[in-house]
Amino acid sequence: MIKKLLRSVREYKKASILAPVCVSMEVIIEVTIPFIMSFLIDNGINKGDMSTILKIGGIIVFLACISLLFGVLSGNFAARASSGFAKNLRKDMYYNVQRFSFANIDKFSTSSIITRLTTDITNIQMAYQMIIRVAVRCPLMLAFSLIMAASVNKRMSLIFLCIVPVLGIGLLLIAAKAHPTFEKVFKTYDRLNNVVQENLRGIRVVKSFVREEHEKEKFADVSERIYRLFTKAERLLALNGPLMQFSPLMQFSIYFCMVMISWFGARYVIGGKLTTGQLTSLISYTMQILMSLMMISMVFVMIIISRASAERIAEILDEKPDIVQPEKPVLKVPDGSIRFENVSFSYASNKNNLCLKNINLEIKSGQTVGIIGGTGSSKTTLVQLIPRIYDVTDGTVYVGGINVKAYDLETIRNSVSVVLQKNVLFSGTIKENMRWGDENATDEEIKNACKLACADEFIEAFPDGYDTYIEQGGSNVSGGQRQRLCIARALLKKPEILILDDSTSAVDTRTDALIREAFANKIPDITKLIIAQRISSVKDADVIVVMEGGEINGIGTHEELLENNKIYREVYESQMKGDE
Amino acid sequence: MPRLGGGKPKNMGMTVKRLLSYVFKGYGFNFLLVLLCIIISAVAGVNGSMFLRALVDDYITPMLKSGSSDFTPLFHALVTLALIYLSGIIATYLYNVLMVGVAQGVLKKIRDEMFNHMQTLPIRYFDTHAHGDVMSYYTNDADTLRQMISQSIPQTFSSLITVIAVFFAMLKTNVILTALIVVFVFCMMIISKKVGGMSAKYFIHQQKSLGKLNGYIEEMINGQKVVKVFCHEEQSKEGFDVLNGELCENMYQAHKFANILMPIMGNLAHVQYALVAIAGGVLALNGISGITLGSIVSFLTLSRSFTMPISQISQQINSIVMALAGAERIFTLLDEKPERDEGYVSIVNAKYDGDRLVECEEHTGIWAWKHPHGDGTLTYSEVRGRVEFDDVDFGYNKNKIVLHGVSLVAEPGKKIAFVGATGAGKTTITNLINRFYYIADGKIRYDGININKIKKADLRRSQGMVLQDTNLFTGTVKENILYGKPGASDEEVIAAAKLANAHGFITRLPDGYDTMLTANGSELSQGQRQLISIARAAISDPPVMILDEATSSIDTRTEAIVQKGMDSLMHGRTVFVIAHRLSTVKNSDIIMVLEGGRIIERGSHKQLVEERGKYYQLYTGAFEPE
Repeated sequence: MIKKLLRSVREYKKASILAPVCVSMEVIIEVTIPFIMSFLIDNGINKGDMSTILKIGGIIVFLACISLLFGVLSGNFAARASSGFAKNLRKDMYYNVQRFSFANIDKFSTSSIITRLTTDITNIQMAYQMIIRVAVRCPLMLAFSLIMAASVNKRMSLIFLCIVPVLGIGLLLIAAKAHPTFEKVFKTYDRLNNVVQENLRGIRVVKSFVREEHEKEKFADVSERIYRLFTKAERLLALNGPLMQFSPLMQFSIYFCMVMISWFGARYVIGGKLTTGQLTSLISYTMQILMSLMMISMVFVMIIISRASAERIAEILDEKPDIVQPEKPVLKVPDGSIRFENVSFSYASNKNNLCLKNINLEIKSGQTVGIIGGTGSSKTTLVQLIPRIYDVTDGTVYVGGINVKAYDLETIRNSVSVVLQKNVLFSGTIKENMRWGDENATDEEIKNACKLACADEFIEAFPDGYDTYIEQGGSNVSGGQRQRLCIARALLKKPEILILDDSTSAVDTRTDALIREAFANKIPDITKLIIAQRISSVKDADVIVVMEGGEINGIGTHEELLENNKIYREVYESQMKGDE
Repeated sequence: MPRLGGGKPKNMGMTVKRLLSYVFKGYGFNFLLVLLCIIISAVAGVNGSMFLRALVDDYITPMLKSGSSDFTPLFHALVTLALIYLSGIIATYLYNVLMVGVAQGVLKKIRDEMFNHMQTLPIRYFDTHAHGDVMSYYTNDADTLRQMISQSIPQTFSSLITVIAVFFAMLKTNVILTALIVVFVFCMMIISKKVGGMSAKYFIHQQKSLGKLNGYIEEMINGQKVVKVFCHEEQSKEGFDVLNGELCENMYQAHKFANILMPIMGNLAHVQYALVAIAGGVLALNGISGITLGSIVSFLTLSRSFTMPISQISQQINSIVMALAGAERIFTLLDEKPERDEGYVSIVNAKYDGDRLVECEEHTGIWAWKHPHGDGTLTYSEVRGRVEFDDVDFGYNKNKIVLHGVSLVAEPGKKIAFVGATGAGKTTITNLINRFYYIADGKIRYDGININKIKKADLRRSQGMVLQDTNLFTGTVKENILYGKPGASDEEVIAAAKLANAHGFITRLPDGYDTMLTANGSELSQGQRQLISIARAAISDPPVMILDEATSSIDTRTEAIVQKGMDSLMHGRTVFVIAHRLSTVKNSDIIMVLEGGRIIERGSHKQLVEERGKYYQLYTGAFEPE
């Protein structure tokens, strides 16, 4: 998994390597400085030798400058490497999502893909930066400081040997114990979010049923639970506060070392085995050793936390698009005929839970076909098999007499234009949205398509006409207008087959009729599949297909079906009752 | 989407004061204890670094000079030191334990207050605030607040104490060297402010480009299926690459400056160390200001304890400013004005005692208005459900009136329908009846009582509502139905479900009435959810019902099923219906056609069709109802 993620480092490999290299240099100098400082005290200050003080002081300033240089470089490289890594990772994920089929998209919810692309990546980025800086720095610092301390005085450094394991084990134990509790806290936070979100969304229900008190109780309950869990988790951490300065465990370790060093140090100094300068440098090393231990434990926790994010990212990177390009793709769709041959389909590829059962259907090029049926009768599923939005579980779908699986994906999708039920316009001008259908469409072509879809009239009524800016999701046009824009966009593809999946539901019946009339007169050669709720939308079609429970319940013209199809008649009557 | 870079808080002083009042109100004693613990802990720490000077000057050097090997005084001193340290450690531990309680307690209080206050806010507030934004008050802003209370404030306080203690210790040792250090530290702070400022600047850029990228991803992923159908993957990638690159650059800059701050501070401290050594040496050798060689050593140690807490403070300042911005946002929510409720007429259960209506405890199916008068007497009148609008004007803001001179009478038990294009004001009218919004002019009377005089809760309780968005809550089916009438018996729940035509499918659910529902509702179809929301309205048995596009998102065949539930629900009540399917509206007693906030036609279906006006056009499909 880690390896998979690391593949995204690419051009930032250099920075990723240079960062720890610079860090190492920085550490080496930083460890040397206390050593030189002890020299300054012993040979300079204690002896009152000004020239030594100046000389060594100069060396310290010089070393500090070099260390500063490496510090700046390492900080720079680490920032470069981690932000670059995050960029590539995000890009790789996004690109893979672009390859996803609908089935892949359905598997991950939209919001989950978004969180993975944002929050999870940020977590990984922080962890990566930590690893190439701190995770290199601290063990090195620990090792060097131990070596230096030992080189100052071997016996004295034994003190560290006592305290390091105590501190290390203590830190790990606390982390291990607190972690599960914190997970619980986060889960409860989700509950809290859920209560607030439901409340915000349903505020009209809350207020009209006068249930504010009930909501308050519900919230207070979760809030109380968070309070208790959080307090419990943080009490566990009380031995190792969030800040070094407030960690009793760290304080104990530092203070223990100080007292021990003072005691033995004094004896050694008096015994002539140690100088006062060396004593102060030992104390500096104490701080460095314990600090790095503390940081290591922090990095450790951080890595544990980011592991979940890494897994979630890897899931996206690993997801294989389940619709693939054929090896020798057919690049031209000869005509707009469609044939379903014994087609079965299940979203879960589970043959016991079929959404479409044994469909056989033949549509001639240029025909207009109406499809009607209740919610859940798999109308949408049926048409989505034509441009290979999903692949059949069993059987074959032919377009222009050729199996759809043999076509180049782009060819088949451009030749079969679908106006989805859940229509989306993107932020940008109307023109820009139209050019999704055909990048090189002229203004004239756009206008024509919009006229066909009965959209031209209202677009011209906008002050900015075709340059009107559409907000995200098309929220500044009405439902009916949005649907007509989407139809126009689909027409610009100049397809062989046009599929309207309940695409005129918000358009008034008169305009709906006008659109159908325009289709019949202006684009007679295009095969048109119209899924609709309203009988009036499909009444004039060459063939009407009635779907029920994933099967074709009846095929025929309006009159034929009225005659011999019970469902069709029922729907017709229920709608006519309101319209007489 | 995360909110863009936290702006600076506007009124820091007030915010801090208000925040502290939360801390002191409930946790004053504990908080004082916390401060005391911090002082003990900090003083113990300072004491330790001062001891090093004593170790060399008072013990080692004299012993070296005298050549004595009596370690008892040192031993005693170390035991004292160990005890001081121990008290420091205990104080730290106590601080941690106490602080958790204080911080979490304050947070819980603020959280609860926020939510409770939110429940009192008018609908207008919810209309004008993005839900994601409000939710982040409870999470992001509350979290920065927690960090500030439990970490930033204590650390700053502790650092401050350390700095003061060390400063006096340094001053005592040598004035000139202290001055030197103060100047140097001052320079360090300027540099850190510069670098920190750069970092902050880019962090804001980073947040902005992150917001942009998030927006792009959200839009594209939401429309992913459209992207695929149009083979628009390449363009979608291109757009992404631009924003992604921009984000990467800003992120790089922000982190670069943040990363180099520590090495700069650390190495400047080294430089300072060397400078102090040299300056001290010069002073000592020339006999200026009476410094001894020994005291230079201790001064050097002190100087390090001086710079450390200062750089810690400078690091904390940023997060404190951010947290205060969060606190300010929370306080704006708390300061939002709640709904007014000047009503005094209430609704009670009642029964007839002969001819007289008397109040009673039990549910009788009869509701009465309880009308207190100035002279202390009470009168009762039965709730019948007659609603009257008298020349009502309304606007969401004062300059834009959306309803003009609306007058209508809904007699008890009648069905009133509103039709018209989006934005004609249909939903607005129904939202005035239950006082979600306040009218600008005119009067609305409910059984002859001005609705301003009716207690809001009672007013709303007497009106059931079924909306297009079902808004069920996480919980069992039964809990959701009970939402309409808390404390109702199982029989009542089942009766309501039967009335709504929902009993049948509920019993077929895996756990029947105890089946858990979640907010996103994957367990049920849209139609089934709507049936439950109808049952929820039915159980409260209100005299007035409002159905706002209740069947719009259901297909016609399913609607036929839901309709049965609706019909039995509507029976015997005053009903207001909004629908764009005319089949739903046709059999209403009166149909009101709205256009531009005015009622332009009214009458029964038959009358309106004969009139050949707007309704006739609408009915024959000549203009878009939605």
